[in-house]
Amino acid sequence: MEPKEYRQRVKRLEPPRPIARNALWAFVVGGVICLIGQVVQSGLMAVGYNQETVKAPTSIIMVFLGALATALGIYDRIAKFGGMGANLPITGFSNAVVAPAMEFKQEGPIMGTGARIFQIAGPVIAYGLLTAFVVGLVRFVIMGGKP
Amino acid sequence: MKVQTAPSPTGQRGHLRLDATIASSATVVGPFEAQGPLGPLFDRVVQDDLCGEKSYERAELCLLRGAVELLLDRSEVSATDVDLLIGGDLLDQITTTNFAGRDLGVPLLGVYSACATTSESLLLGALAVTSKAASTVVCATASHHLSAERQYRFPLELAVQRAPTAQWTATGGAAFLLGRNDEGLARIVAATVGTVQDYGLKDPNNMGAAMAPAAADTILRHFRARGQASRDYDLILTGDLARAGLPLLEELLGEEGERPAHRLQDAGVLLYDPSQDVHAGGSGAACSALVLASLVLPRLRRGELRRVLLVATGSLHSPRSYQQGETIPTVAHAVELEAIV
Amino acid sequence: MSYLLAFLVGGALCLLAQLVMDVTKATAAEILVGSVMLGAIAAGFGLYEPFAKFAGAGATIPLPGFGFSLVSGLIKELPKEGWVALFSGAFKATGAGIKAALIFGVIASFATRARA
Repeated sequence: MEPKEYRQRVKRLEPPRPIARNALWAFVVGGVICLIGQVVQSGLMAVGYNQETVKAPTSIIMVFLGALATALGIYDRIAKFGGMGANLPITGFSNAVVAPAMEFKQEGPIMGTGARIFQIAGPVIAYGLLTAFVVGLVRFVIMGGKP
Repeated sequence: MKVQTAPSPTGQRGHLRLDATIASSATVVGPFEAQGPLGPLFDRVVQDDLCGEKSYERAELCLLRGAVELLLDRSEVSATDVDLLIGGDLLDQITTTNFAGRDLGVPLLGVYSACATTSESLLLGALAVTSKAASTVVCATASHHLSAERQYRFPLELAVQRAPTAQWTATGGAAFLLGRNDEGLARIVAATVGTVQDYGLKDPNNMGAAMAPAAADTILRHFRARGQASRDYDLILTGDLARAGLPLLEELLGEEGERPAHRLQDAGVLLYDPSQDVHAGGSGAACSALVLASLVLPRLRRGELRRVLLVATGSLHSPRSYQQGETIPTVAHAVELEAIV
Repeated sequence: MSYLLAFLVGGALCLLAQLVMDVTKATAAEILVGSVMLGAIAAGFGLYEPFAKFAGAGATIPLPGFGFSLVSGLIKELPKEGWVALFSGAFKATGAGIKAALIFGVIASFATRARA
């Protein structure tokens, strides 16, 4: 059989991903995490933070919760069915930093944990910063830095 | 200068006629494998994934060494009587096997063909015995789910959703003692060394599909060399195409007029129960070795099976070759086993 | 009401990301990088700010919200710092989250080990 023909057959026989089920779970898990985020944010505003100052402490608390669930070995289980519902929220970003930090502990604190800590989150930060730079540059050139 | 070459002695390149006995075998598995359908058939179960060690790499070493030590112990053979240890694993530089060689102090040949390592080492061991270059050979393979995840995939705690075609690396070690004895579990009578196949597949989450053409090629070459067909076998055991690759192999064989039906089984399907959530099934250098030692060899010994073809298959990619967009080359080595009667 | 909106909108963003991943068979890393970039671009056009006002945590907790924070932090600093803000601005709004993840990550690596 020709390789091309075989590849088409593999595609045909491949068990389909459970798209509807995955989407539903992503919605539920992602929704619940965002709901927790809203509870944290509203709670902080109730104790005196305003619309601007609340952002950083909300992030910190959500990152902490993600890190805790990762360290306890729960977060990867949530993601098994939650998929993007667990990956996309900031708790997923936290997991992407904490998981390699724990993983590469065996290779030492410098070249293990230290060097690999951004293995997964690094691309997100790098391309996020790059995009922000380009967006900012365009606005700077067009509007001269006016907000 | 043109070198004169003689035709292949068996008439088929890579086909070997062998005469060796598998005198005994030993298996050590992780707790998860012990929960599978073959659980009661394994010789030893380690208490946890770490095997009392400080890393999963060392745990894999503990499994391989444990299997060899158990084998020597139950066969009443001392390490100093072993002419050769032939084995392999999945880790970079096959450290598991090489470190076991250091610990055991036996002349060591480390081999690698991913999950085809089981049949590669049995084939080489039988070759050494057949040629009378060695009289006592130990063949051993090991793999560990967590060390393989670390090497090939993602950090263990990372939130990832696995594809339904993904396979689960088996945690375990298996060892076989080969010699020229008249008694034992089974005889190795022939083997076919695989040619590396590449049908241009790239998805490391569907290795079964990438390996099926290699299995088909080796099986058909073996049949041709032996003048056999699938009906001559009680069992053709592939390892590890799993649930994603096995139907593809059936189709490929069917096109060549071979319909082994129930005679064709896969170690990756047999090792775990579907309820264990291992997706398409098991894989890993130990997978086919564990099934061979726990399920197949005892049945050959009891005469319930007369002739078995072990066709272990391996995906020969590396994480780096995958990231560079390379396709997945695969190989399958066949070893023909016969009941001793 | 804000709770319901956070749940629905946050869930919808995750659902969308999951759909794109399953249909295109992109890797999770590709989807995450793409979401941050899309969030940043939307913020550049001034679209994300009203969205965040509307959906609250439903818009800021998912990763596109990280892209939004990068850009809005940068834009805020532009009038004060000029071109230097192109390099320094983005981290001001997002530094807390990144630094928290780093610190908790290192602590977790000391305190526990990765397992099955």
